[in-house]
Amino acid sequence: MTAVENIAKNEVAAVAADERPVVLKVDHVAKSFRLPTEQASGLKMAFLNWTKGIKGYTEQKVLRDISFEVHQGDFFGIVGRNGSGKSTLLKIISQIYVPEQGTVDVRGKLVPFIELGVGFNPELTGRENVYLNGALLGFTREEITAMYDDIVEFAELGEFMDQKLKNYSSGMQVRLAFSVAIKAQGDILVLDEVLAVGDEAFQRKCDNFFSEVKKDPTKTVILVTHSMDSVKKYCNKAILIKNGEIIESGDKDVVADRYTLENMATKKASEKDEPDSFPTGLNARVPFLKVWPVSNQLSDGVEPFRFDVEYEFTEDVPFYLAISLVDTKRGGVVCDSGSVPMQNNGRQRVSFEIPVNAFNNSDFKLLVSLRLDNPEDPNRTDMIAFTNDDNSCFFAVRNSKNKNYALLSDRALQFHQI
Amino acid sequence: MKKAWDNLRNRYHYSVVVFKELVKTDFQLRYQGSFLGVLWSVLKPLMLFAVMYVVFVRFLKFSDGTPSFAISLLCGTCLWSFFNESTSMGMSSIVNRGDLLRKIHFPNYIIVASTTMGAMISLAINLVVVIVFGFFAHAHYTWHVLLVPLNILQLYAIALGVALILATLYVYFRDVAHIWEVILQAMFYATPIIYPITMIAQRAPELAWVEKLLMMVPTTQAIMDVRHNLISPEDVPTIWTLVNNPLLCLLPYVASVVILWIGVHVFRKHSAKFAEVL
Repeated sequence: MTAVENIAKNEVAAVAADERPVVLKVDHVAKSFRLPTEQASGLKMAFLNWTKGIKGYTEQKVLRDISFEVHQGDFFGIVGRNGSGKSTLLKIISQIYVPEQGTVDVRGKLVPFIELGVGFNPELTGRENVYLNGALLGFTREEITAMYDDIVEFAELGEFMDQKLKNYSSGMQVRLAFSVAIKAQGDILVLDEVLAVGDEAFQRKCDNFFSEVKKDPTKTVILVTHSMDSVKKYCNKAILIKNGEIIESGDKDVVADRYTLENMATKKASEKDEPDSFPTGLNARVPFLKVWPVSNQLSDGVEPFRFDVEYEFTEDVPFYLAISLVDTKRGGVVCDSGSVPMQNNGRQRVSFEIPVNAFNNSDFKLLVSLRLDNPEDPNRTDMIAFTNDDNSCFFAVRNSKNKNYALLSDRALQFHQI
Repeated sequence: MKKAWDNLRNRYHYSVVVFKELVKTDFQLRYQGSFLGVLWSVLKPLMLFAVMYVVFVRFLKFSDGTPSFAISLLCGTCLWSFFNESTSMGMSSIVNRGDLLRKIHFPNYIIVASTTMGAMISLAINLVVVIVFGFFAHAHYTWHVLLVPLNILQLYAIALGVALILATLYVYFRDVAHIWEVILQAMFYATPIIYPITMIAQRAPELAWVEKLLMMVPTTQAIMDVRHNLISPEDVPTIWTLVNNPLLCLLPYVASVVILWIGVHVFRKHSAKFAEVL
């Protein structure tokens, strides 16, 4: 067994045998809503429907069989397209809705933040609203008094706290609501698409806050968002929901890429409606895409690392490969090839190499995506397939003269005092 | 024992916190934007009383001739407006706070309880006014006054029970609001507030049984008990002085408990679905 396989195995093992306690367990949850088909609100219609034997509503399955676990300290992302059931799931987690089947088990204090400013009243002052909102989130006056200064400072609303809320701008209201939610000392924080709030400075603050929370092993965050950037940046795990089912779960990068793909797939989905039998990242248009190592996967960091990309693509349009080198140890994309135009259709194997002598010891992953021209914008390309963890290539750089802390070695880059 | 107490405290800690905060907010918002503010809690029943006194006592001569009838009328007005307010506001409270229910999980009976408690605070202020006026209006305070809190507790239980039932119904059928308005009006005339209950037998002796029947209504019984114990035990009749059968006398008390029980039961059964229906 090579060292690289070991690395990959360890990653999988770390996820499987997670020893941190489970703080949220969603077990086979299903939920459906009754949608009235005709105006059945009046007594007359209700009677007419009854005589005709019309039920007056259709049953819509919003969630079908959702199961997942969130461990303490996780930053857990829930993504999915509009109407996929994310918000319903969030409301079930927050115990606002009752699931029809299955159970939700929450350990610890859960602070839900489904919408901005729960219970905010425009006739009350900012201060009174903080106390009211805090009480609804489950804090006593003493507890809120203890965190009040923090909240005001984070919201940057010091001089406005004794003004009535109706005199606040909408941005100020949102900031106040958001500050209460994140300064509230809950164990589990449930956030629904709130990252796009406030001006730039406030966003930076939120960014810092999330990074901090991510490091804190006692805090758990469940984040629902459409922004794949925030998923990749903050989350350590994610699930992708489609039509009320989890279609992808686990690694945040895979989920985020799959989501991007799902969004583009919808245009073509109407054309062919066949069952999705391809592994994650692949589809009928690109049935095969894989990175094969050529060099030894345990690289000495001197010779360039060589690898082949094998793809199958038969359409007669210009297409590109894009290769990313990901540092799996420190996180982040180390370098990216951009879109490299390909000449040959069909099943092909193309060779590449990348110099690795600039790096210290690290573990890497080579990801490849197959891309087409964007019909609207000639400067952009759209991804139609990508390699999942099975098809990507893992390799490691190990050399005794290398250091371990930074990604780039002293040979590549150094500070100079001036 | 201490452990059981702690358990109880932990279980209801959150409810109590939210309850306090909602009662406070409701009270703050009640007279928002008015110049006289809380003073309206006192002025409103007094003005209502003045109107009723002029119309019914002065013009229509609805009086039993006892010196305390005027203060008894004021007291009755206050108690009735409590019942009126707590049930009709309690009824719409769940729907009005729908935004809250859809965004956060909390025991939603708190919403109804806090609304009725708001009405209770007004009643407390009003009763202080009644007691003060009583000194100038021939009220006869005796040791019976000590029983008043119990009577008021009973009235609150009835109001809360009714409000819980109505709030549940109102979520599904908005028609309830109109129906309840009519029922309240009918109940107001069926309750001896603007007229002394003895007036029925005086004016139509063959209808004396109606007096007893009216007295069996739990709200009437409770209101009469409060007035009897607070204002004047000699002048105000109660169910015990009008109905001779002690079993029948107990009926409205039992009914009050049953109303509260039904209210809690109906509300609990449906409350989990409120967020979805709204």
